Amino acid sequence: MNPMNVIIIGAGTAGCEAAYRLAKAGFTVELVEKECTPGGNLNNWFQLFPDRKQASALRQLLQQQVEHPSIRLHTDTVPVKIERQDARHYAMELDNGARLEGNALLVTTGFRTFDASRKEEYGYGIYENVITSVELENYFANRQILTSTGKRPERIGLIQCVGSRDEKMCNFHCSKVCCITAVKQAMELRELLPDAEILCFYMDMRMFGPGYEEMYREAQEKYNIKFVRGRLSEASENQAKQVVVKCEDTLVGKPMRMTLDLMVLMVGMEASDGSRWVAKELQLPLAPNGFIQPGDPHYATNRTAVEGVFVAGCATSPMNLTDTLTDARSAALAIGEFLNGNEHYN
Amino acid sequence: MNLEAKQQIWKEYQKEIADDRYYYARSCIRQTFFPGSEWAYLDILGNRLGKTVFDDPRHTTCTGIGYHSDVVPVETIMTVVARHFALMTEAGFENITPSCITSFGIYTEILHTWQEHPEIEEQTHEYLWKATRREFKKPKNLAHTSDVIYKFRHEIAAQKKHALVDVHTGRPLRVVDHIGCHYAKMFPSKGIGGAEFPAVLSGMVTAWGGEPVDYPERRHCCGFGFRNYLVLANRGYSIANSKKKFESMQPYEPDFIITNCPGCAMFLDKWQYTISEMEGTTYGKDGYGIPVLTYEEAAALVLGYDPWEIGLQMHQVSVEPLLEKMGIAYDPDAKYRNARGEDMGRPACPNYLKV
Amino acid sequence: MNNIWGFTISSARVIDYDKNDRSFAQYMTDTVPSSQLCIGCGGCTATCTAGALTDFNIRKLQMLVKRGENREAGEQMHKCMLCGKCLLVCPRGVDTRRMIFAMLKYIDNQKL
Repeated sequence: MNPMNVIIIGAGTAGCEAAYRLAKAGFTVELVEKECTPGGNLNNWFQLFPDRKQASALRQLLQQQVEHPSIRLHTDTVPVKIERQDARHYAMELDNGARLEGNALLVTTGFRTFDASRKEEYGYGIYENVITSVELENYFANRQILTSTGKRPERIGLIQCVGSRDEKMCNFHCSKVCCITAVKQAMELRELLPDAEILCFYMDMRMFGPGYEEMYREAQEKYNIKFVRGRLSEASENQAKQVVVKCEDTLVGKPMRMTLDLMVLMVGMEASDGSRWVAKELQLPLAPNGFIQPGDPHYATNRTAVEGVFVAGCATSPMNLTDTLTDARSAALAIGEFLNGNEHYN
Repeated sequence: MNLEAKQQIWKEYQKEIADDRYYYARSCIRQTFFPGSEWAYLDILGNRLGKTVFDDPRHTTCTGIGYHSDVVPVETIMTVVARHFALMTEAGFENITPSCITSFGIYTEILHTWQEHPEIEEQTHEYLWKATRREFKKPKNLAHTSDVIYKFRHEIAAQKKHALVDVHTGRPLRVVDHIGCHYAKMFPSKGIGGAEFPAVLSGMVTAWGGEPVDYPERRHCCGFGFRNYLVLANRGYSIANSKKKFESMQPYEPDFIITNCPGCAMFLDKWQYTISEMEGTTYGKDGYGIPVLTYEEAAALVLGYDPWEIGLQMHQVSVEPLLEKMGIAYDPDAKYRNARGEDMGRPACPNYLKV
Repeated sequence: MNNIWGFTISSARVIDYDKNDRSFAQYMTDTVPSSQLCIGCGGCTATCTAGALTDFNIRKLQMLVKRGENREAGEQMHKCMLCGKCLLVCPRGVDTRRMIFAMLKYIDNQKL
């Protein structure tokens, strides 16, 4: 008898990890990826929190795993049609003409970073020295931080909650990882720019993961990173192409203004276009934040409202890498139980 | 500063502006402080662009100043506005174009309120009927008069006699735009270009050959704020807001400020005198102030109107340096003569601000 | 200058971080490194003996110094009764008592 086959949409962290676990459990996997290489958003990162590991190390590991003989990787392609014949039979058409068949479907379409230009008052795309956290990772990869005028920045501001916890942007949710990303990036900046003044503008410091609060403390104590509690209200550009920002220092209770040489927007997470497309195609309910709604917030985190369709990673909500990997393994387990007919939970 | 990204934003904030047949709603204070602006608007629309504008003598204040000063209740202002709509309806017009930013904000807010709460609109119909025996229809199109000038900016440019250019050097004039708060801050989607990077005035400036200047306090309020300015004790922080703007724009050496709000035009102009008297500071070149023009005045200068015909002698900050830059001929002796050629007398000279 | 208006131009309340003198803040960081660890929880202020009776707010005080609002900080500092209760409460181990001593010393030297 042929082994049962699982179709996975999205070869980011969750997709790769789940594919490998399913392959090891004896299933075959069709792994579909829109980019030409697997890795997803991980490909844009330089170092990871909390241990400052090179992102490339994890990326290489995931890429090696998907070389497993039971995994067929389809890159540079997206599904154009998904047919669900019944809970255990799926057919998927790809835009390259291929047709895949499977006995279960796993959605690992991940997230997209918030388009910072939507936050008009911060002037991203208009002001020269406003960049996003994703672009800063690229600066780190090149080991060079310069302003648009070729100057070493003397004061840098990292702005948290850009596109998160913001009703005006239709994003009520917290993107979870931006706080710790800001701490990590502030520390990396300090290493490259020992004399610069580095400030994080935050609403709350949500240090939810192991080692995160410790990292925050280290950033304050050893890296001399300054933290300002207050959400930026607006930014503008002066004649020297610096960014003039306004916020309230809510711990002082007064408005504050200052000039930054470089402003980094910690862009939040939103449901990816792929997630939205798959949800529509399969009629998967969405949570109010636009991510795919899991079957149950405790017992059925990898199931969806449609039997046989599973979900893992940031397609369901913002997650860090640790949780994404764990969630992917959990999804592999749930799919295994489903296909072997020994499910424990409905 | 990357203009393309701004243009992307502007694309998202476009609004429908009627093409012709406007019911005109005048401002309470503009005819006192900038008496030529509304006249110039009517003349440009009627005689230069061939549009029909109905300037209704029965139209009154919208009571916005009273509303924003907590002396006029919201039910009252809605009824007064309903009367404006009734007058428009009776005159056979459907497009209302207020000259005042506060009125524009009030109309927008009221129409939005009625849309969300039809029962309040119903109640207003009743109030208006009881008070005046009038019926009203809501306007099909609401646009501020600066929206209308924006819509026809290229037509105006096609008829221009003077560009916003320094004729001696060929340099485009640097123009600071100041948008009234109630134009787009309450309802960004109702303003051309939105609230953060409004294009309504900068679009005119660009079309007429000038260079809009974006400076750090561009979005900041002029400090008018109705209840703030009206109470003497609060004027200190009203003026402080304008001062903050002048300090922020001064390094860019703007040739003039263009505004679309009655209060802003008045404050940005008159406060320059007050600040100079209080602190000895002036913000223009060689002791002059930075001239402040309404968009109608700017359009009229571009179209070749005589500066004194459009009332520029009523400005506190002298416009002569600007006229000279633009190569506009003017008769210095005619400045203080009225329409009959009689001498109106001259204001006393400020101590610090050069005029 | 003449003023016939009956009002004067208000000075801005905004913290002008670019212009403020932050040497006091630097002094505090250098002499009491643990002051950097404050997370603004307010435990110190909640338990403060002086704060119970006056508008003294030790959490806000150290933040004013960090932002260079030295004059306002200088006006408040002497209200501290140096009882040390804040020291017991602080979850981040900020040496608040030493911080106050350092501030007082700086203020005396600078005649702020």
